[in-house]
Amino acid sequence: MSLHKPLPVHLQDMQQEIEVHAKDYGLDFFPILYEVLDYKTMNEVAAYGGFPTRYPHWRFGMDYEKLSKSYEYGMSKIYEMVINTNPSYAYLLEGNSLVDQKLVMAHVCGHVDFFKNNYYFSKTNRKMIDGMANHASTVRRHMRAQGQSVVEDFIDVCLSIENLIDPMSLFIARDPKPGSGEPEEAQETPRIPAKGYMEEYINPPEFMEAQRQKLADEQKKQKKFPVEPARDVLKFLLEAAPLADWERDCLEVIRNEAYYYAPQAMTKIMNEGWATYWHSKILTSKALKGSEVVDYADACAGVLATSPGRLNPYKLGVELLRHIEMRWDRGQFGQEWEECDSMAVKASWDRRLGLGRDKIFEVRKLYNDITFIDEYFTLDFCIDQKFYSFGYNERASSWEIMSRDFEKVKKQLLDSLTNRGQPVIRVDNGNFKNTGELLLRHDHEGVDLDMNHAKDTLQNLFKVWKRPVSIFTIVEEKGKLLRHGSDGYSESAADASTLD
Amino acid sequence: MSQKIDLDQRRFRKIIRGKIKDNLRKYISNGEMVARKGKDTVSIPLPSVDIPRFKHGGKQQGGVGQGDGEVGDSLGKDGEEQPGGPGEAGDKPGEHALEVDVSLEELAEILGEELALPRIEPKGSEKITSHKDRYTGIRTTGPESLKHFRRTYKEALKRQVSTGTYSKKNPIVIPIKDDKRFRSWKSEPLPQSSAVIIYMMDVSGSMGDEQKEIVRIESFWLDTWLRSQYKGIESRYIIHDAMAREVDRDTFFSTRESGGTMISSAYKLCAKIMEDEYPSDEYNIYPFHFSDGDNWSVDDTVACVDILNNQILPNSNQFSYGQVESPYGSGQFIKDLEEHFADTENLVTSEIKGKDAIMDSIKDFLGQGK
Repeated sequence: MSLHKPLPVHLQDMQQEIEVHAKDYGLDFFPILYEVLDYKTMNEVAAYGGFPTRYPHWRFGMDYEKLSKSYEYGMSKIYEMVINTNPSYAYLLEGNSLVDQKLVMAHVCGHVDFFKNNYYFSKTNRKMIDGMANHASTVRRHMRAQGQSVVEDFIDVCLSIENLIDPMSLFIARDPKPGSGEPEEAQETPRIPAKGYMEEYINPPEFMEAQRQKLADEQKKQKKFPVEPARDVLKFLLEAAPLADWERDCLEVIRNEAYYYAPQAMTKIMNEGWATYWHSKILTSKALKGSEVVDYADACAGVLATSPGRLNPYKLGVELLRHIEMRWDRGQFGQEWEECDSMAVKASWDRRLGLGRDKIFEVRKLYNDITFIDEYFTLDFCIDQKFYSFGYNERASSWEIMSRDFEKVKKQLLDSLTNRGQPVIRVDNGNFKNTGELLLRHDHEGVDLDMNHAKDTLQNLFKVWKRPVSIFTIVEEKGKLLRHGSDGYSESAADASTLD
Repeated sequence: MSQKIDLDQRRFRKIIRGKIKDNLRKYISNGEMVARKGKDTVSIPLPSVDIPRFKHGGKQQGGVGQGDGEVGDSLGKDGEEQPGGPGEAGDKPGEHALEVDVSLEELAEILGEELALPRIEPKGSEKITSHKDRYTGIRTTGPESLKHFRRTYKEALKRQVSTGTYSKKNPIVIPIKDDKRFRSWKSEPLPQSSAVIIYMMDVSGSMGDEQKEIVRIESFWLDTWLRSQYKGIESRYIIHDAMAREVDRDTFFSTRESGGTMISSAYKLCAKIMEDEYPSDEYNIYPFHFSDGDNWSVDDTVACVDILNNQILPNSNQFSYGQVESPYGSGQFIKDLEEHFADTENLVTSEIKGKDAIMDSIKDFLGQGK
């Protein structure tokens, strides 16, 4: 697998042609190395998340079986895969028609340009092929020493909490280094300077008492552990949980890979939209022969198909990018545009600025899915593209269209993208009840946790923390503390403010 | 080429196997597998294989979609595939309850291991042979597509050399019609043991839906096991109340009649089928009879014992009687059988008190290794 076989000549020519077009348009990508795989190997590589060199784990086997089955039943087929490394590796499916391969190559150029230039990918390891191989050898080494099942079981535990990370922490300093603040001294209660005889009036006893309380609170907070609730639960566990060396290594591997994949989940809509925009642009205006148009249209329609109750990130992404391009070409932005309330004027608004292309290049550089939707998902776009929000109707026990109201649809969309669709969970206290228990807190945003999963996940956390673990959450609008200790699982009613 | 993924897949299969084994009693009791049977495989829902995570509960979440439709239009009933939100359209396969396909052979193996069932030693296996065709022969006639080029060339060469038309200077060999040789099949004897399962069921008024469900589940597992033990196996189905008749599989499980019960009628028909179609020196015969144990009269029970003694038992590997508990039945028949056949090795009785007892009953029937 690691040997790079040369691409057949006709595909080499095709790659060269497509890349010349892409570069003419201003796309800027890492070198791309294509490999043609039969569907079995394609499914294998896909099961491994794009990397042929992963550590051994049964879930890869499970994913492989799912992929193979749905391929064999003709339900799905992986056309293309590309991984974020420099140089980028991309895989083509053997036996695809030449139009398909052409489309894939143009699509891949878009992805690799996105990997290289989008801000949220800027911290990813571009040598991840080696990274994954190193992880694999670390895990294998520990498996030899500890036994395969022992290590695999612990990896199950780590995977169970791999979503408790904080991808944004790479770009902002959430917790300043300890010791960087003011050195702690025996602090006097702060008071307003006053002459002796005025003291009683300027700093009355009640005021002094309040000041003293404030100081005490501050100090109490300092003693808290962690000082601020930790979003990166895995990092906290690595630092504070009583782990054996091999366990720490495994957890670190899982955390590292979770961070590597996180930007892809954060930019799915943009990334697919961008790649779709470019395959469509390159093929329809440059690379397509007359005889290939129908096949191309067929393939493209498949990519952009929508079905009820399912959001197609390719479709949303590409349509929104095109919408932005149109608006900036016509100058439909800025104060004047916002303040205009005549539909007729707006409909024919065209300042002939031609800024569209530059604008979408800027968008692909600076935005992620949330900011992209937040800023550019407009009322016009929502109506034009027929978006709706859906939900579950208990009485009819079916999924129904809930609303076509712009505000609601947009909120629903943003909610489902927040934190990559995962619940926000922090470490609140590493010394809960002053007995070394771990307390997590779920920032409830209107959706309860899946209780069965939560229960099992707590059990897994207990295996890492090795002391009882609790999580405060809200279930059916009531505060609840779920706990797993050596005596098993329990639930109790709880109030957020009294937990300490 | 052996792929790296094969190792991971084998681990996965092993885990599944373990899970199925751990939960076998549950799977057997609730009969879910019976409904999910395909041709050679059974798909088994395994929710517990998924890795648990803190995640949002499904129903409150909802999502965003695109396309036509009025507010209030249904997008799909519960139980159908749940619509996916954009968060799920990620780089990982979507989250569905995992269903794995397990071959019936493997399932039988798991059942055998869990119940510690002995392998069956077929009788008469040396006498019975079937024939399998293999393409190892050569013939002088056949379709062009099966022409054996080398043999044909050789024949042509031989002919030309012997008739003197072959010249070393101009070594052109042209086959004529007689030279042509074609690949062909030869029949090879293949030792094989044949077996037949004869299911009998009481469908009188006192056998309710629940009792029949138990029989259905139990016969699925008996079938699965016996099939894993014999290459060729036939199944016959007899239903009876006061009269017995042979039916097909679907009718067997769906018929409900009222009226009395004459068990001897079924045994007579069973004995007749055995005598007419399944000579006991060629067949391994497994009659199973399920009833709630309520026979019409003592005389009829005597008749049953008589048929069993003289006709069925001498020619069967094992006769199995399963008594399903029913609120209407007296349950006397099992006692009668046990009384008459206390020392008979190839007659097995089992009382099935409810779905939970199915597994033990299977063990009763198959634990003898006959």
